[in-house]
Amino acid sequence: MVDESRAVLTGTHFMSGDLACAEGALAAGCQFFGGYPITPATEISERMSRRLVEVGGVFVQMEDEIGSIAAVIGASYAGKKAMTATSGPGFSLMQENIGLAVMTETPLVIVNIMRGGPSTGQPTMPGQQDVMQARWGSHGDYEIIALAPSSVQEMFNLTIECFNLAETYRVPVILLADEIIGHMWERVKIPPAEEINVVSRKKPKTPTAEYQPFKPDKDLVPPMACFGEGYRFHATGLTHDEKGAPETVSAEVQTELVKRLADKIRKNAEKIVKAQRVMLEDADVAVIAYGIPSRAALSAVREARKKGIKAGLLRLVTIWPFPQELVSDVAKQVKAIVVPEMNYGQLVREVERAAKTTPVILLSKLGEEPHRPSEIIEAMRRAVK
Amino acid sequence: MSESNLMMHHYLAKYLRQERMPHIWCEGCGNGILLNCFLQAINELNVDLNKIVVVSGIGCIGRVSGYINVDSFHTTHGRAIAFATGVKLANPELEVVVISGDGDLFAIGGNHFIHAARRNVDIKVICANNFNYGMTGGQYGPTTPLDAWTTTTPYGNIEHPFNLAHLAAAAGAVYVARWTSLHVRRLKASIIKALQKEGFSFIEMISPCPEIFDRYNKMGTAVDVMKWFRLVSQVRHGCDPAKAEITENEILVGEFVDIEKPSYGRLLREMTSRVQDKLKREES
Repeated sequence: MVDESRAVLTGTHFMSGDLACAEGALAAGCQFFGGYPITPATEISERMSRRLVEVGGVFVQMEDEIGSIAAVIGASYAGKKAMTATSGPGFSLMQENIGLAVMTETPLVIVNIMRGGPSTGQPTMPGQQDVMQARWGSHGDYEIIALAPSSVQEMFNLTIECFNLAETYRVPVILLADEIIGHMWERVKIPPAEEINVVSRKKPKTPTAEYQPFKPDKDLVPPMACFGEGYRFHATGLTHDEKGAPETVSAEVQTELVKRLADKIRKNAEKIVKAQRVMLEDADVAVIAYGIPSRAALSAVREARKKGIKAGLLRLVTIWPFPQELVSDVAKQVKAIVVPEMNYGQLVREVERAAKTTPVILLSKLGEEPHRPSEIIEAMRRAVK
Repeated sequence: MSESNLMMHHYLAKYLRQERMPHIWCEGCGNGILLNCFLQAINELNVDLNKIVVVSGIGCIGRVSGYINVDSFHTTHGRAIAFATGVKLANPELEVVVISGDGDLFAIGGNHFIHAARRNVDIKVICANNFNYGMTGGQYGPTTPLDAWTTTTPYGNIEHPFNLAHLAAAAGAVYVARWTSLHVRRLKASIIKALQKEGFSFIEMISPCPEIFDRYNKMGTAVDVMKWFRLVSQVRHGCDPAKAEITENEILVGEFVDIEKPSYGRLLREMTSRVQDKLKREES
């Protein structure tokens, strides 16, 4: 029996990022978790296996990550807010069905606690190597939403935000965290349930017989009926018309559908995108960072200011859709941009595109140790010399 | 009466999305027979059409979910059972039926099949087994008999096929039946039984594939294949599924397994009640 009274653990806690993520999901109304154990995301499964039963939800450990995401799509269509959690290898296995979720406009949340790759890589070590996989991992053209937390508190807050965005736009939303954020323990404040903004998918207002499952409203998002509500609709991974009927040869239907699926994100990007600007007003060098490196970047910027370098930080919370305009604005103002990433250069490519002629310096880190503030300061110093 | 009028007045017409007709299946294919038997079963049981979900995978029979006028979902290749697991656990009030093919369920989707059977998720899986991948033009699959000719076994098949009924039974299914597309009344009866039974049920229907597999293997027309079904089928209820092989000279059909075992959903609900009761006691 669903018991929402236990879903929100109001109070101040000391917990890890993975645990905070699980609590965020429950606070957002998550009632279904399908997952498969994988380091460094397993603690999310473990927490959900205990807590979901307490709140009357469903936890199921599937046979693999392909089954996990498929079950999550099914649960979402059955009317439940649903999520899965994984890391690089499992995220790779999920890619085909992430495309299915995009195509069938299924609200769901995928948490990826990134570790070192390629392949099995370094399971217990941090990485930010799935940034482009999150954007382009499934075949076909589509847009996706991905958020990058940089603290345990944000693991809680942004997991809720992921659910809200998924429900608003009928899309899979990815919480793209790294191993350090997932395993780090910090203080987390969980507000009372009534202070938490929770969004649920909009429901059809049309009579059941007239309902067209993929006919969008003006915001390009179709209201969502679920199984068992009497609408008796069909959904398919094939290209389909607004009624949900497969249309496997029409260029017109293909064009209209693919454009709408992308445009419902693109045209709402301004509403979706979140970033934090720190000391950028008069900056002539900027760090653009997300996730764990943004913490060192913040220290670096503060320290650099003391040393007379006019440094600023643009911390990206939303990485997909990419905050093109925010980055462009910073680029117009500064002499150079430093991008610390725990990969061999991924989001830096997007920064370069937005920065146009402004020099962009990649600070790549692979393996255990995250960036040190001193390394970022040194890069800034060289850049503005 | 015109063809479209005939269809509108057919007693099963209300169960079809008529605007999606005609279906894509070849003349003589068994998929239509399977669909017919399924519709008859839900008609006889007077199933609440707002509370039944049909899920399919990829392949010829994968299109079936689009034809039935209930909530339905056409998943990616092999993932119908995993999707159905999510649906059933998230809303246990729904009757969830997976209808798919032998390649979808037992090659690419084999892992999901054995684990859903092991968990005893309360879903019904109906498989049209035509011994090959028909939609892609007739390649060999996990049920293709030894020596059979397909487009990817040009020198004959050297892989041993699955005995699907045995696999289902070994994995933990509570109900396992096999029929051919000739056994329409028995197939319908099995679907009715499975729909009324709690737990993971599996029904295999051996199907002709007249345009592809049967033609490549010189088995004659669809009618010839149906005659072959009549000639070699033997009803053996309760037969050990391990011994229910399919050979040129013998197809054992019948209800092989019919046992009782608590479903995953039931155990989950019982566990949830226990945990919540304990929490309440601790709080009071």
